Amino acid sequence: MIEVNNLHKSFGEAHILKGVTTDFEKGKTNLIIGQSGSGKTVFLKCLLGLFTPDEGYISYNGNIYNDLSPDEKRNLRQEMGMVFQGSALFDSLTVEGNVMFPLEMFTKQSKSEMQDRVNTVLKRVNLIDAHHKYPSEISGGMQKRVAIARAIVMNPKYLFCDEPNSGLDPKTAILIDNLILEITQEYDITTIINTHDMNSVMEIGEKILFLKNGHKEWEGTNKEIFKTDNKAVTDFVYSSELFKKVRQMYIEERN
Amino acid sequence: MRVNIIIFTNRSLFYMNYIASIGSYFIMIKEVFRKPTKWSIMKKLILKEIDELVFGSLGIIIFISFFIGGVVTIQTALNLTNPLIPESLIGFAARQSVILEFAPTFTSIIMAGKVGSYITSSIGTMRVTEQIDALEVMGVNSLNYLVFPKIIALMLYPFAIAIAMYVGIFGGWIAGVFGGFTTSASFIEGIQLDFIPYHVTYAFIKSIIFAFVIATIPSFHGYFMKGGALEVGKASTTAFVWTSVAIIILNYILTQLLLG
Repeated sequence: MIEVNNLHKSFGEAHILKGVTTDFEKGKTNLIIGQSGSGKTVFLKCLLGLFTPDEGYISYNGNIYNDLSPDEKRNLRQEMGMVFQGSALFDSLTVEGNVMFPLEMFTKQSKSEMQDRVNTVLKRVNLIDAHHKYPSEISGGMQKRVAIARAIVMNPKYLFCDEPNSGLDPKTAILIDNLILEITQEYDITTIINTHDMNSVMEIGEKILFLKNGHKEWEGTNKEIFKTDNKAVTDFVYSSELFKKVRQMYIEERN
Repeated sequence: MRVNIIIFTNRSLFYMNYIASIGSYFIMIKEVFRKPTKWSIMKKLILKEIDELVFGSLGIIIFISFFIGGVVTIQTALNLTNPLIPESLIGFAARQSVILEFAPTFTSIIMAGKVGSYITSSIGTMRVTEQIDALEVMGVNSLNYLVFPKIIALMLYPFAIAIAMYVGIFGGWIAGVFGGFTTSASFIEGIQLDFIPYHVTYAFIKSIIFAFVIATIPSFHGYFMKGGALEVGKASTTAFVWTSVAIIILNYILTQLLLG
């Protein structure tokens, strides 16, 4: 479980995060949504320890990140998996090399043990046939799946995803969403996804945090988002005609 | 008065930025040697960098050194019009120019362009595509992982400079003898005349320091760049300019310290 308390972050004059307080439960997919510039990426990077908050704290299973020693921080980071928006695969390594990288770097496993683990996770993301290919030789959707495989290869406790569906076709986006949901439940990890994709919100949003101008504007589940009267949320989530109709149908069905 | 204050403030900020950058560079150097990467991985990275940075540059080093040696010989020969000056001075001047300056300094400027821009663009692209963030999130010291192997690989740079010295003098011999400026015997007598082994040591000391500069300044510009593909190109150009400036200034200081 991750607890965030009164998180503030500024860059020069720009006050990006203005006192965000929330928590993310284990075994659930937690989604952070909000308009561009609302502070989602800064919030995610604070959670990852890439940015140090100016005020407030983040606690991982009761351990406050800023109070940890450098070694403890390093150990905690090894319990985190991250799927970047652009996948961030290492160009010079093959698919297999990318997935094996954290194992080679942080474990003392033998080559065959590492190979077994890599094969297991590559099978899990249906990429076993692409193990010898380089990132430039595979599609965007496959790159995302490699990034997921690399993120889960160390059995992380926390999985962070920054817009995992961006640049993907709707069918592949659904595949990625389902894969993240299955992995979250299967490995019982705390997953936090930064997204703009409303399909993801509806499909896998077990908890949704809506940020607006650096504030927590609303939080709830994908069921509750249909019922909310918060104007900022409804304006953002139901900005397309399709979603407006879906919501209308839901309300009519409920009545 | 107000305009003067604004100009003064802008200039102060301009110089402060430079001072801050120099400070950041030295902090980066400290970070490079902190928390080393696992040796089994580092070994592979070092060998890869030796192949790319040193062996990959030998072709251009040999090509440039050969022709520079030739040009130095021709120009020396054309300027020695006094019949009282022995012909062996052509070989002597070629040897001294190549060993003391052209092989270590001129080659380093070329390497600042070739190797330096490669280092800045490769690290800069990793920054733009979030690969450096990925390393940091995993708990890897990205500066050690990316910059340390380049520094170690370029410690072999004096070997490349030794080849540049040999080829440069050979180029001088070819140009001098086959261009009809001197005889082979006079040239060889010249390159053996008053040879001071310390001059080679001096050239190697310079090469090692230039190698460190070539590895670290472009890395600094790549690692701390912000923006996209266009900024990667701009960072490469800036890195080349500052690496060249550092080499020229260090060349003066080292010459004063080691030969003065």
